[in-house]
Amino acid sequence: MSPLLTARDLTKTFGVQPALRGVDLDLHEGEIVAVRGRSGCGKSTLLHCLSGIIRPDGGQVHFHGERIDDTTEAYRSELRRTRFGVLLQHGHLISELTSAENVALPLMLGGGSRRAALAAAATWLGRLGVAEAAEQTPGQLSGGQLQRVALARAMVTQPAVLFADEPTGALDSLAGELVMKLLSRVAREHGTAVVVVTHDATIAAYAEREIVLRDGEVDPTGLGVAVGVGA
Amino acid sequence: MHGYELKHAYDQRLPRAKPLAFGQVYSTLGRLERDGLVTQSGQDQAGGPERTSFAITGDGRAALETWLSDVEAPAPYVTSALLSKVVVALLVADTARATAYLSAQQQAHTGRMRELTRLKSEQDLTVGDLIAVDYALTHLDADLRWLQTALHRVADLHREVHHEPTSDRP
Repeated sequence: MSPLLTARDLTKTFGVQPALRGVDLDLHEGEIVAVRGRSGCGKSTLLHCLSGIIRPDGGQVHFHGERIDDTTEAYRSELRRTRFGVLLQHGHLISELTSAENVALPLMLGGGSRRAALAAAATWLGRLGVAEAAEQTPGQLSGGQLQRVALARAMVTQPAVLFADEPTGALDSLAGELVMKLLSRVAREHGTAVVVVTHDATIAAYAEREIVLRDGEVDPTGLGVAVGVGA
Repeated sequence: MHGYELKHAYDQRLPRAKPLAFGQVYSTLGRLERDGLVTQSGQDQAGGPERTSFAITGDGRAALETWLSDVEAPAPYVTSALLSKVVVALLVADTARATAYLSAQQQAHTGRMRELTRLKSEQDLTVGDLIAVDYALTHLDADLRWLQTALHRVADLHREVHHEPTSDRP
């Protein structure tokens, strides 16, 4: 089966600092892949290039066989609203809206009725165990609740790919475990492929496989650091 | 409670601990009785072989309290085979050999962490199971973190020896 999402020879430089130096990645339908590495290794930049948040300087990204890295920002935004879900470390919910409205927003932006969107939001909040937070605004929620609401917002459109950047980075271990359990469960139930960026091996262990980046390149050893030998 | 029930309770409450043989249960009960920490409290023969029930004594309860109050001494020496292999691989082997070993070790650790995480995601895990899996996962994660730090330090040493610029190490 051909991959759902492919990246070939991705490069990206910020100023004079190369962040990606020829990264390849294949993501198949429904699989969970972790991207791991030390801070500054380029893992978030890779996720941003894959999800179309930024454009790579070189290389190509294909989704369902179609090249997407050279498309317009408007097209890539549309992809992120309809086919991709994005979950960031701090949720990034809109503070003036309730949880239900935050989750319903992607559907309403896509032209869905407010009533149908809020009904779908209620279903997702219930599935992720935060139904009681529906009428609360983000400022009233705990970190774990915030991330579960953000996960509901990312999944409400039933995306083909969920991109998660350090999704548990701001949570304690039990709240993080709950978010990862729910994330992997709902992704599997919906056949959603997941790219999860993390520095944490216990979070990467929810994935079926991982790639490790070192200095902007895939490290085939998986060690993420150069092995210097004293002898 | 008789020996069979004790063994069953051990297996249920400490499901991933070191396996406990029946013979070990009965020999331990014998020693505890000899030392006055448990006493025979009755005989039971419900359609099977006769079983002796035991009850904890006052001295036994005091010994239990003492045991629970004793802090486990942190291991004074690091005797892990993993440590020895990593250090020897880094110091003695050539780069390719050391990298191959470390990479395989890393994969074995992450593979085991994936297995345990899958187990942890199962719905019907008991709390005892979860606590045991957390313990195993945390230790595997600690091994991986230590491995990364050790690699980083050796990389620094290598650069130092070869008069290359070192990274910002603490």
